[in-house]
Amino acid sequence: MTVASSATGLRGRNYARQYWPFLVPAGVVVFAVIVFPWIFTLYMSTMEWHVGGNITFNGLANYKRLVSDERFLWSVVRTLYFTAMAVFFPVILGIAAAVCFHKEFPLRGLARTIFIMPMMATPVAIALVWTMMFHPQLGVLNYLLTSVGLPASQWQYAPGTVIPTLVMVETWQWTPLVMLIVLGGLASLPIDPYEAARIDGASPWDSFRHITLPLVWPHIMVALVIRTIDALKSLDIIFVISNGGPGTASETMNYLLYLEAFSFYDIGYASAIVVVFFVIILLISMLLFTSRRQAY
Amino acid sequence: MRAHQIRRLFGRIGFALSVFALVSPALLVFLWMLSLSLKNELDNTAYPPVFWPSKLSLQNFVDVFEKNDFVTLDWTDFDLFGRTWFAYPALGGYLYNSVVVSFGATGLALLFGVPAGFGIAKSKAHNMAALIMIARVTPGLSYLVPLFLMFQWLGMVGSLTPLLITHLVITVPIVVWVMIGFFEGLPNELEEAALVDGATIWQAFRHIALPLARPGIVVATILAFIFSWNNFIFGVVLAGRETRTLPVAVYNVLTFEEVSWGPLAAAALLVTLPVLLLTLLMQKEIVAGLTAGGVKGG
Repeated sequence: MTVASSATGLRGRNYARQYWPFLVPAGVVVFAVIVFPWIFTLYMSTMEWHVGGNITFNGLANYKRLVSDERFLWSVVRTLYFTAMAVFFPVILGIAAAVCFHKEFPLRGLARTIFIMPMMATPVAIALVWTMMFHPQLGVLNYLLTSVGLPASQWQYAPGTVIPTLVMVETWQWTPLVMLIVLGGLASLPIDPYEAARIDGASPWDSFRHITLPLVWPHIMVALVIRTIDALKSLDIIFVISNGGPGTASETMNYLLYLEAFSFYDIGYASAIVVVFFVIILLISMLLFTSRRQAY
Repeated sequence: MRAHQIRRLFGRIGFALSVFALVSPALLVFLWMLSLSLKNELDNTAYPPVFWPSKLSLQNFVDVFEKNDFVTLDWTDFDLFGRTWFAYPALGGYLYNSVVVSFGATGLALLFGVPAGFGIAKSKAHNMAALIMIARVTPGLSYLVPLFLMFQWLGMVGSLTPLLITHLVITVPIVVWVMIGFFEGLPNELEEAALVDGATIWQAFRHIALPLARPGIVVATILAFIFSWNNFIFGVVLAGRETRTLPVAVYNVLTFEEVSWGPLAAAALLVTLPVLLLTLLMQKEIVAGLTAGGVKGG
């Protein structure tokens, strides 16, 4: 990055321009499948547009409907509830895991590989296995719970437990990503402060609290923002395990968006949801961009 | 001295236990998937669950591959696009779809994305980088509404092409993002020497930067392939009966009422097996790519 910046500075704009042809093929693709859909979505969101029906301009009516649509507002509340937990647990556990994996121990490579498997595995496949494990009568999880004296759970089949259940799977799946990012931070830490602290008689907790945590904080921030974005748009797990149910108990914004677009075929309204969703994610990604700059 | 040793022993045991606690949830789920896929239906639906089965067999896997009705039995799912229905030999046909879509989308992404990563890194096109970043964090579903309508107007729905094109939404940003990082990390001297000696920029890219960036290309390829292979929601919306990718095909088995756990677990295991093997073999590359790229696709 530093080398390239000096080059640009020395030779000015023409230097950069020479490389533009390299951007053309990807630019065309990015425009066709990414930028064009954004613009078109914005256009559709101002339309009364049902698949197979008439298409008429209705201005901001879709957005006005969003503000008063209880189903949508509840989906926002649910998304925030889900996201808060699906960020909190993976980040805390991920930091703890990173501290563990930062130490040398036998079979560390194998343990780390197993630990990151949930993140790489096909979400549908693991969601199917969890679904079988959650089975209220025959599932292995309720058996394990009752055999240690805990009450059996209804998991995704009860409105009160469905979101915590999904958070559990999401935590299982995405704690490894937080671990990897924080581990990357730990690897770049200097040794000197620890030596000094040890000589001064600081406990391991003290040196974690006062040296490690402040130094890896930028990485934790990156992990936090990435996790927030991913949790907001989480879909596969919800789709397979609870299907938004029971009733609408696990209907998040992203799931409602799917329903409006591809079950109710209300394209205009779905597009308005996309725009609102997009704005939220955009604001958070700007946070990500600035926190990345600080981290590296 | 003794107290010190005992404390250290306890510290070690505590550490070993915490590593075990970290790894066991992953281990439990994958082992249970394996266990379900190797047990017969009687053992799978027994309560209390059978942890140590008397008999293991590969019958479930045979069923997945041989029984014609395993994945194609869901006939209540009407064909949306009025195309003639034909049965694939169980999972095999869906495997073909997944391979075409994931390999195609990854290959095209490399073709477009590697030069773009080079161009962005060299010309410091930060706006383009930011655009790619935003594309990576936007929900995949948001692209589907306009693309779905577009494919309908173009009459392309029902073939593998729209799926492959849509998967570019995942693969192109991953490849570009990973490659920007790699090209930025490469030393500039060799290229500049070549340019001074009269090489064109294309030659400098082709013969100097590209060979040096090979490790980066490996990382980008693996990540793009995995996230394309794992993608579910694009297939749910865009695939017709005969163009489903593997995750969609396996999901459709679940929505079917009287589902048997053994073959379902076997199918789930087979779908995710390539990815798990890649993770085992290429752990280092994947970790490097994920920590550099940061965000998952889709």
